Amino acid sequence: MATVSMTVNGKTVTGEIEGRTLLSHFLREGLGLTGTHIGCDTSQCGACVVHVDGKAVKSCTMLAAQADGCTVTTIEGLARGDQLHPVQAAFREHHGLQCGFCTPGMIMAAVDMIERHGGKLDEATIRHELEGNICRCTGYHNIVKAIKAAADEMSGSVATAAE
Amino acid sequence: MYATNYHRAGSVDEAAGLLAGNDEAKVLAGGQTLIPTMKQRLAAPTDVVDISRIEALRGIEKSGDAYVIKAGTRHADVAGDAGLKADIPGLAALAGKIGDPHVRHRGTIGGSIANNDPAADYPAGMLALGATIVTNKREIAADEFFAGLFETALEEDEIVTAVRVPVPAKSAYSKFPNPASRYAMAGVFVAKFADGSVRVAATGAGADGVFRIPEMESALASNWSPEAVAGIAVDASGLLGDIHGSAEYRANLVTVMAKRAVAAA
Ligand SMILES: Cc1cc2nc3c(=O)[nH]c(=O)nc-3n(C[C@H](O)[C@H](O)[C@H](O)COP(=O)(O)OP(=O)(O)OC[C@H]3O[C@@H](n4cnc5c(N)ncnc54)[C@H](O)[C@@H]3O)c2cc1C
Ligand code: FES
Repeated sequence: MATVSMTVNGKTVTGEIEGRTLLSHFLREGLGLTGTHIGCDTSQCGACVVHVDGKAVKSCTMLAAQADGCTVTTIEGLARGDQLHPVQAAFREHHGLQCGFCTPGMIMAAVDMIERHGGKLDEATIRHELEGNICRCTGYHNIVKAIKAAADEMSGSVATAAE
Repeated sequence: MYATNYHRAGSVDEAAGLLAGNDEAKVLAGGQTLIPTMKQRLAAPTDVVDISRIEALRGIEKSGDAYVIKAGTRHADVAGDAGLKADIPGLAALAGKIGDPHVRHRGTIGGSIANNDPAADYPAGMLALGATIVTNKREIAADEFFAGLFETALEEDEIVTAVRVPVPAKSAYSKFPNPASRYAMAGVFVAKFADGSVRVAATGAGADGVFRIPEMESALASNWSPEAVAGIAVDASGLLGDIHGSAEYRANLVTVMAKRAVAAA
């Protein structure tokens, strides 16, 4: 067993882990942050996506030990109290989910892609960027719509803030 | 996953020391191949030596008429590098087509070529560009490095530290991805150099992994156009056939990808 320490959703956390402990396992079982989902065992579905040092990664494909000293954001870290993150609000508004299982990973992937592309996101780019996130209910249509709406809204507010 | 001991190396020398004399130990870079394989219990190293925090293994630099890409450079950083996009656009585009954004945020060029998956993209780029693979022990030409399915010239405890890639006059990569895994069903990289010579390499299709296509190279050297390769077919007997596509199907894909790559270059 070894001790890891990282910042998760703004709080410093410490835990005992094995060498083989996956980051997804540490978040869910060690910290009780069960919003990060596990949808496969082949690193393909994206339900487990979190941000490590600001970048979207599959938490099932990273050892917890590798995240020692890193800053991690999970789906639980997006809302500000009762106020949903714009991407969360857009998923609700545009019905970007049915069963909800893929939603945490979808939203973390969406926040990351909006940060990288800003307001320039078009539908084709969104679909390409979602290649690592699998949804078995929606046919992606409303997910894409929600991300586009959130990207437009967020780039609008960014532009206003910058003025 | 079976139990394993995790070590974080602070330098290449420290990593080499941890690997020396322990053939059950494995280098861990981006983990985008090794961790899925360990989860499936297809690999069970007693020790993993994490090199992903070694700063000296990251970065892209132009040096003379070549680029040096450090082994720990992430796929996303190769895809987004302004210099590479201008000088070796085929390589930047190749990196941007690997897997998905999350895989590209972790996976590294060194890990990809050390693994030499027959459906991986980088081996085609390295072979067609005539890259040199730099390790902690020596330098190996790409032509000698890729040695078969998941086989390379690397010794057990040898660590790839960088690749050196000459700047070509033209380069492009065209890939037909498996719709589920995103790995190449067939991918062809074409490169034309200032002296007029051409190199063409195909991945995803070869039963022995990545391979060059000399007939296409000489046809393109005298006539750089998609038509020059349209009539050239690789022999299906040396190709992979599986549930995703027969060897004959892949042979056809190789010609189609080659045409598209030349048209895009
Ligand atoms: C969902 C998914 C989709 C993918 N799609 C594609 C795709 O379309 N195309 C593609 O090419 N790849 C794809 N990959 C694989 C990806 O590109 C990996 O990043 C790459 O194969 C391995 O790099 P890594 O840094 O993650 O290496 P690791 O997984 O850490 O290591 C891989 C192997 O290389 C060894 N190794 C690593 N670094 C070094 C080094 N510097 N020196 C010596 N040995 C080393 C390790 O010991 C291990 O055996 C995909 C992966 C996933 C999970
Ligand atoms: S649970 Fe991580 S990719 Fe499926």
